[in-house]
Amino acid sequence: MSEPVLRLEDLRKSYNVGEPTETEVLHGISFELARADFAALVGPSGSGKSTLLNLLGLLDTPTAGELYLLGRATRELDDEARTQLRAESIGFVFQFHHLIPAFTARENVLMPLMVRRGRPDADAIRRADALLDAVGLAEFRDRPPKALSGGQQQRVAIARALIHEPALLLADEPTGNLDTQSAANVFELFRRFNRDFGCAVLIVTHDPRLSATCDRTLTLVDGQLEEDRRR
Amino acid sequence: MWIESTIALRFLKEGRAQTLLILVGIAVGVSVIVFISALITGLQDNIVDRTLGTQAHIRVEAPEERNLQPPPVAGETRLVLEDPRPQRLRSIDNWPAVRDLLDTQPGIVAVSPIVTGPAIARRGDALFSVALLGIEPARYIRIIPIDESLTAGQLRVGAGETVIGSQLAHDLGVRIGDKLRLGGGDAPETVLNVAGIFELGVRELDSRYVYVDLKQAQSLLDLPGGATQIDLKVDDIFTADRVAARVRALTGLDAESWLESNAQLVNALRSQSLSTGMISLFVGLSVAFGIASVLSISVVQRTREIGILRAMGTRQRQMLLVFLVQGAVLGLVGSAIGAGAGFGLVWVFNVFGPRLFYIPMSATLIPLAMALATGTGVASALVPARRAARLDPVVAIRYV
Repeated sequence: MSEPVLRLEDLRKSYNVGEPTETEVLHGISFELARADFAALVGPSGSGKSTLLNLLGLLDTPTAGELYLLGRATRELDDEARTQLRAESIGFVFQFHHLIPAFTARENVLMPLMVRRGRPDADAIRRADALLDAVGLAEFRDRPPKALSGGQQQRVAIARALIHEPALLLADEPTGNLDTQSAANVFELFRRFNRDFGCAVLIVTHDPRLSATCDRTLTLVDGQLEEDRRR
Repeated sequence: MWIESTIALRFLKEGRAQTLLILVGIAVGVSVIVFISALITGLQDNIVDRTLGTQAHIRVEAPEERNLQPPPVAGETRLVLEDPRPQRLRSIDNWPAVRDLLDTQPGIVAVSPIVTGPAIARRGDALFSVALLGIEPARYIRIIPIDESLTAGQLRVGAGETVIGSQLAHDLGVRIGDKLRLGGGDAPETVLNVAGIFELGVRELDSRYVYVDLKQAQSLLDLPGGATQIDLKVDDIFTADRVAARVRALTGLDAESWLESNAQLVNALRSQSLSTGMISLFVGLSVAFGIASVLSISVVQRTREIGILRAMGTRQRQMLLVFLVQGAVLGLVGSAIGAGAGFGLVWVFNVFGPRLFYIPMSATLIPLAMALATGTGVASALVPARRAARLDPVVAIRYV
């Protein structure tokens, strides 16, 4: 069996550590995510979904337990190493697209490569164009984000999350801000990339209809993994 | 560095109105600094030129005469009551050798031996006390270009000829070709032909200076073969003090620089430079705070973008650079505009101003001002840049 993309071992997160107000929000989460997984992370508000997503994306560090990304323990890594690993292995899609307004759609897609390697080469530009084509925005590549609709911006953000061919794609309410049709299109894109690029996808969503279309649903309640259901 | 510069420039371009405002602020500050620095430098050059146009940079004289005392014996306490000796007019010992020695010294560009002393100028019943100066014209004009100040006649001080100040000519009622009588201490009076009249623009000098050649002055002042002082010109006027000290050590003579003999003027010039420095400092500080506040606002405005860039793998150091480059670009562009405006103000002053003096534009002032402003830009960006670099991406992404 191949190495899982993500492996969580009794992962815990507390805030205000060492103070009287210390609060543990994740109480020992353990699961694995394989390359082929197309999973939804669901749960009521305040259940710790966003906290968990930040930990999985190496944006935050756990208080206890261990998080293995592509077999590498990450808890003790410093900011530089975590940034490096994040840049190489993880793609993010946020609820609010978070494109950089000062750059065109194509430049936004290229950004993860540019911040690591500098000026993009012809191959990188071809890849960005192919991704924009794949999300149906080939003719919008030279437009700034403000000239695109919300759905189009989110599709640019998805192309951006995939430009460096990450092993893991994390999406935080990626359709929360979109109409039903745009949301369905975006979901279909995730599905396609999971299949074509072989990258594990974990989507945080409130939308039961969307989570129902995923192969696997992880349910988080009060900081604990209550259910891990596969279809 | 390419991506950091690209992001920095795009951020500046996107926040166009903000960028433009701070650029205007920097430009105004830098133009004030450039203009004031050039103005004060021009003014000081003018004052120094005028002052040194009528006096030597260093005056070398024979040391004062003192009463000689026998050397003290060990254990002896001596109380001395003495009358200071009158300082008679006397020559520098072996002055041609001193002149030749000074001619070869580095930093000294002109050496002129002079015989000077008091004399009486007389024409008819008019009688004036004057300062007689015996000179070697070829050497002297390299120290004080008296030939450029002639209003009539020529600089001819050969046998029986003299050049006098315009005020004295007026007081004595003489013109070119007229004669006057000149008498020194014990020597007999001599009759001189007025060959030239000069006007230095300093009333005291124009009414008292009477130039003759070295030999006539030696004879009139009863100092055969002597020279009472040697005037020097140095290549850098502000090193005159050091050169004077060297001359003292070298010759054992008294050497006084213009910095010592014009202590009040030098003090005024230094105070002026200090106030210019203070004005520049405070204007520079306002520019620095302006840049810092604009970039601080930019960090707040771009918190989410910083968060997303960090999430995409931008290192802290890169984020720091993005804002430092913005500071540097603001400083560089703002100061280029400001330096141009300052240059323009200087041109306007020179062409349309009161024309009391000319402001020379130093070749180093503009690059210096620009380098300083760019450095200030980077330094002012340091605090906001560090804040941007240290933003927690989790917090930054969720920032609304």
